Amino acid sequence: MDYRTLTALELGALLREGSLSAAGAAKAGLDRLAQAQGRSNAFITVTKEDAMLRADQVQRLLDARRAPSPLAGVPMAFKDNICTRGVKTSCASKILGGFTPPYDATVAERLDAAGCISLGKLNMDEFAMGSTTETSFYGPVQNPWDPSRVPGGSSGGAAAAVAEGSVWYAIGSDTGGSIRQPAAYCGVTGMKPTYGTVSRYGLIAYASSLDQMGPIARSAADCAAVLDVIQGRDPRDGTSLDAPAGGLLSGLTGDVRDKRIGLPADCFGDGLDGEVRAAVLAAADVLKQRGAVVEEFSLPVMQYVVPTYYIIAAAEASSNLSRFDGVKYGWRAQGYEDLTGLYNKTRTEGFGAEVKRRILLGTFVLSTGYYDAYYKKALQVKALIKRAFDEAFRRYDLLLTPVAPTTAPKLGESLNDPLQMYLSDIYTVSVNLAGLPGISVPCGFASDGMPIGAQLIGPALGDAAVLDAAHAFQLETDHHKRTPPLPGQAAQKGGDAQ
Amino acid sequence: MTWETVIGLETHVELATATKIFCGCTTEFGGDPNTHCCPVCTGMPGTLPVLNEAVLEFAVKAGLALNCAVTRCCRFDRKNYFYPDLPKAYQISQLYLPICHDGAVDIRTAAGAKTIRIHELHMEEDAGKLVHDPWIDQTRADYNRCGVPLIEIVTEPDFRSADEVVAYLEKLRSTLQYLGVSDCKMQEGSLRCDVNLSVRPAGAPALGTRTEMKNLNSFKAIARSIQYEARRQIERLEDGKRVVQETRRWDENKDATFAMRSKENAQDYRYFPEPDIPPLELSEAYLDRLKAQQPEMAEARMARYQADYGLPAYDTQMITAQKALADFFERAVALGAPAKQVSNWIMGEVMGQLSARGLEARDMVFSPAALARLIALVQEGKLNRNTAVKVFEAVFEHDEDVDAYVQKHGLEQVSDAGLVGCVAEEVFAANPKSIEDYKAGKEKAFGFLVGQVMRQLKGQADPAVVRRVLRMKLEQN
Repeated sequence: MDYRTLTALELGALLREGSLSAAGAAKAGLDRLAQAQGRSNAFITVTKEDAMLRADQVQRLLDARRAPSPLAGVPMAFKDNICTRGVKTSCASKILGGFTPPYDATVAERLDAAGCISLGKLNMDEFAMGSTTETSFYGPVQNPWDPSRVPGGSSGGAAAAVAEGSVWYAIGSDTGGSIRQPAAYCGVTGMKPTYGTVSRYGLIAYASSLDQMGPIARSAADCAAVLDVIQGRDPRDGTSLDAPAGGLLSGLTGDVRDKRIGLPADCFGDGLDGEVRAAVLAAADVLKQRGAVVEEFSLPVMQYVVPTYYIIAAAEASSNLSRFDGVKYGWRAQGYEDLTGLYNKTRTEGFGAEVKRRILLGTFVLSTGYYDAYYKKALQVKALIKRAFDEAFRRYDLLLTPVAPTTAPKLGESLNDPLQMYLSDIYTVSVNLAGLPGISVPCGFASDGMPIGAQLIGPALGDAAVLDAAHAFQLETDHHKRTPPLPGQAAQKGGDAQ
Repeated sequence: MTWETVIGLETHVELATATKIFCGCTTEFGGDPNTHCCPVCTGMPGTLPVLNEAVLEFAVKAGLALNCAVTRCCRFDRKNYFYPDLPKAYQISQLYLPICHDGAVDIRTAAGAKTIRIHELHMEEDAGKLVHDPWIDQTRADYNRCGVPLIEIVTEPDFRSADEVVAYLEKLRSTLQYLGVSDCKMQEGSLRCDVNLSVRPAGAPALGTRTEMKNLNSFKAIARSIQYEARRQIERLEDGKRVVQETRRWDENKDATFAMRSKENAQDYRYFPEPDIPPLELSEAYLDRLKAQQPEMAEARMARYQADYGLPAYDTQMITAQKALADFFERAVALGAPAKQVSNWIMGEVMGQLSARGLEARDMVFSPAALARLIALVQEGKLNRNTAVKVFEAVFEHDEDVDAYVQKHGLEQVSDAGLVGCVAEEVFAANPKSIEDYKAGKEKAFGFLVGQVMRQLKGQADPAVVRRVLRMKLEQN
């Protein structure tokens, strides 16, 4: 049986039935990983031995019919900016050297308690800064649908690993679209939950006020199952919300009758690829057929979201990344003369170009004399954006937009034009600025065979409604069930239909 | 020309919470290097600060006691700079919305009463400590102090003399000790003070260029540095030079200040709101609760001691200057010792021992019960005052049992007129000249005879008994 075509929940059910062992599932993932890794480079670290040991432990729970969650025994992996005790955590940067955290991120702890089996740590853009996973110190990741294309970013390794079938779900992080955009480029489902619903403890910060972890998986139902485990108040994160958690999976109904769905006209205008537009509008039609009320409206703040995002994110990043100074852990340059030399040389050698660009930008916008004109203004615009979304959600239950203006670009196309790369984040960054839940669901394929994603956005703490609408869409469509060709197989347009 | 010195203070006070400001590590002083720290206070990647609510409470209590307005919605900001004692490369502090602002402290000096305005009071975390080892030529970082909670109290430039500064600091220390929010030990760094000083021609409206002095480790150093720096600035200006805005370091041994860094080299700290800690919203009920918890401060206790015990104002000021002494006083009085006698002992012997031993009153083990017992023994005539002082000095350090000590060393006062009489006969026999002198009306001779008897009895006799017996015998003679 080709387990890679199963969802995480389907695999979990087989494990609980006993028709597949946890070791068998781990081995299936590891075999697929070994087959794909040489090409895709989705993993930075593979923890094969730990995974097999862990599979034995989880099997005992399964044997005793004490599976702690529907995902018990299902192989998964973490983006490499999420701290895992005793396992190298690199942020895909040279500067972290062989940093091995002596602590687990809260999400890792909770997934561990839910019986997860981690196969390792996933490739990403360095410090999650990038939209293509090409800024990784460990080399780029290839898109499983077309090795000449990027998987998106920054959680490119996570999306590629799920698409290629090495893991059944992955935990990524999303600061401006880093879960949703690679999910769209790789034809899988990715959700950024409401800011504050998933503890950030153990996530190596890029932009603290925007960062949020979430799942990438085959289906919205899989995402709901993962969020049931990882959401919820954490006393170790002061920004984590005291909101009810759990019950997302059991709450899925697939019923969108009379749901009001708004299409912001500003997200369907210039710069949007025609095939992407058509696929997203077709997704709107599917929801309409299931009884939703779809309507276009105007959201003019969209024109400010990219500059606002890059000012705030870069400012916070410039401060968050200051601790990587060669003093305490990670990379330390050789041959420095004094303390300033140690800092300069270590950071010059340790950070890549894109990270340096954002540190410089962030340092600039926080400097005396520029703070009011840039950073303070960006905070004010952020408040305006949040208000505009709040108003939209007085009229609509959900918003539907594209995830990215195009399908995955070719490797090497984006990095020499960073401004163009930043502009391609337009549909996703607003969700982070407003702290909202957003999900990316596969909604079709372009004529070049590359997957297209549609984004559903909900009001703050409306994660259940977002998941339910995505689930409704996936009950009606099978884009999310398609898998890319295995290496050696001839690429087929639209992949293998299941 | 007459010059006026203008001074403002920035005082850092370490709060006496059990744990650090953003993690659960202990704030205990000392400890082997890097044993009081965790991934959070050492700024490990991915860790997050979570505010210790006791820090907020202590800061608000301090602000209320300093008559400040409390910011109902305050937040933290990041102060960014690179230094190896600062593991996150930013300090979590408050710039834009400090917890308290616009307060006032009344002080009194020889020059009279005055009000010092408080500009603001904010919360922040302490940094670690770098220790240079010249033997191996390496600098080592100890992060035990990282994340120890501090409040910084910034005054307006309202001081005109070192006396005023010291009076303010004494008042501040007393207030914070009464509140129990800090132990304010300068030698352990739990109270640190930076002095901003400028001079201007008396009566000039504008402020002169100021310097900031650091490394002031005692009230004495503060007073001396102020005198030195004011003189240095005046001399420069009188020589036609200008004062450079800079940070200067006080050198205790050289009794002088030295330039550390000038304004031109000042860092841009790139402050911005701390995104990891949500803004703090303080409710009316919360503030009411803290207000209700404010303890009786030094001034209130002074008034009460004068009213209830009839103590002189001077005594009450001395006793209440430190909360530990005032508490000591109250406990001794509660055990039945007369207030004025307790006060005399505290101002004399107790403070003498503390200063001789370089001890803070709060660290004293000598108990109010022991003092009350000593006073009782003197009152009962079982010890004379001089012997009582000797007993006090002997038991002070370890708070030994007073009665046991007196007994063990046979110090109980001789009140036995018979024994005194026998000794008197011996003294008379040995000093016939003195008896003649006494009879010739020389009162001095009586004093000599009393002294001789006391000496024979090793000072343990009750002087009143000795006098009475001697008079009687001499009259009979």
